Amino acid sequence: MTTRTLAVVSAGLSTPSSTRLLADRLAEATVAALRARGEDATVEVVELRGHARDLADHLTTGFANESLRASIDTVTGADAVIAVTPVFSASYSGLFKTFFDVLDKDALVGRPVLLGATAGTPRHSLAVEYAMRPLFAYLRAVPTPTGVFAAGEDWAGGGTDAALAGRIERAAGELADLVTARPVATGPVDPFADPVTSFEDLLRGS
Amino acid sequence: MQFGVFTVSDITTDPTTGRTPSEGERIKAVLTIAKKAEEVGLDVFALGEHHNPPFFSSSPTTTLAYVAAQTSTLQLSTATTLITTNDPVKIAEDYAMLQHLAGGRVDLMMGRGNTGPVYPWFGKDIRDGIPLAVENYQLLRRLWREDVVNWEGQYRTPLQGFTSTPRPLDGVPPFVWHGSIRSPQIAEQAAYYGDGFFHNHIFWPKEHTQRMVEFYRRRFEHYGHGAADQAIVGLGGQVFMRKNSQDAVREFRPYFDNAPVYGHGPSLEDFSRETPLTVGSPQQVIERTLGFRDYVGDYQRQLFLIDHAGLPLKTVLEQLDVLGEEVVPVLRREFAALKPAHVPDAPTHASLVAAAGGTKDSTVHAAADSVTGQAGRTVEEVQA
Repeated sequence: MTTRTLAVVSAGLSTPSSTRLLADRLAEATVAALRARGEDATVEVVELRGHARDLADHLTTGFANESLRASIDTVTGADAVIAVTPVFSASYSGLFKTFFDVLDKDALVGRPVLLGATAGTPRHSLAVEYAMRPLFAYLRAVPTPTGVFAAGEDWAGGGTDAALAGRIERAAGELADLVTARPVATGPVDPFADPVTSFEDLLRGS
Repeated sequence: MQFGVFTVSDITTDPTTGRTPSEGERIKAVLTIAKKAEEVGLDVFALGEHHNPPFFSSSPTTTLAYVAAQTSTLQLSTATTLITTNDPVKIAEDYAMLQHLAGGRVDLMMGRGNTGPVYPWFGKDIRDGIPLAVENYQLLRRLWREDVVNWEGQYRTPLQGFTSTPRPLDGVPPFVWHGSIRSPQIAEQAAYYGDGFFHNHIFWPKEHTQRMVEFYRRRFEHYGHGAADQAIVGLGGQVFMRKNSQDAVREFRPYFDNAPVYGHGPSLEDFSRETPLTVGSPQQVIERTLGFRDYVGDYQRQLFLIDHAGLPLKTVLEQLDVLGEEVVPVLRREFAALKPAHVPDAPTHASLVAAAGGTKDSTVHAAADSVTGQAGRTVEEVQA
């Protein structure tokens, strides 16, 4: 059975965090959807709160320290990414954006991504579409058609919770379809492999 | 092995006093540092090139010519010479001239420059950084090696029947290093020509330096210049020393915390762990520096950054005393004892002349000069 890796990036700040809660629901649903398609999956969670200082350091030094490097490798080496942020001031949080700012611009090209966001009120529900989706379009990742937004009241149970569960399941199914259509991730390209273009070709300007 | 210092020529406020030196003051300070480097027995002084404040060194050959006149053994180098935005014709002329004035004590380190606006200011596009470095350097090599160059490329006006003067001292071009923090293409370029490769080794973790140097060595061998361990490697490094390491940390911390490049980010302790920065006793610097060899192999040149971030001249001169008296003599002895015989030293003008079979006058005499209309005469004709 093929085993896939799902990287879950959660930018929630509190404990417990509704962002992490949504991230976990999305991850569980995706694992189940992959199993239904005959593939296994391991989940690796990156809590950005733990990297708040590492990310600030990266902004000043230009390199990731050891701890941040490990999380970046987890995300860039995964078969799919589940990215979830709280909505702050009508957009993704600064912490969330900083993590994607320090990735190599080609690190997520072609990578299936499931976008999720949380907020206190349903008035932010389109933040996934107008804020998150353009970011991942720039990164040339492949987000699922369904993004999942959860407001405070979605966790109340009953009818609305059922609707959230439905969105989670639909998005997870879409992500699983994208993942199973792709070969297993082979990890990043080694920049120090022998060059494909010979130096003579570089000299000729080709 | 060569030991020396390199400076980026920054004019930075001393965070402990709030005082900012004038350009004139800082220029004189750097000249004093260069002369002091020779006095305390260091081998190399390398100067950066920048074209914007807070840096003064826009004209490195002027500065290095002055230093050459004031010193007698010091090897003069650059850190770095902008191969992307400078006209390679001007580099060929300026550094050939400097080499004559300095009596063969000059080498250069090529770099692309990391200040974005310098490219447009000099009519270039930063996205062409690598192709510019490739084309310009190839032209520079030809200008030093061929008396008459006909050339056409993408990035400058074509040349027809061009002779770069003065011709290289003794007919031998200066040795060239290529510096790059993160671009394997530049390490490849250094390997292709059998030139030296220098890693800044200040701003990034050692693992990164290690991978760049490994790649350069492997490609050096691939291109047939010798075994991988015979490639010519230089490293930067950043140190601050006091007799007691706690004193060094206490004194350097405000300079670290406010440093232009990495300040206001990680702690001094975190940065010292993640990068080769060493703040402590001379013995700690000796041990850390000897450890560089463990991940880059036997190498040829070690340059220390000691004068940036607003450190006052007096402190920098004290650092040079410690380097010259306590640190470098030990490093010299220890590195030499570890180095196998087949690993070469860094090429110098003398060694390159010897390898070329001796000195030769490479003067190109004009067929007829435009002032007198007279044909030039060769040395033999004059002597006859």
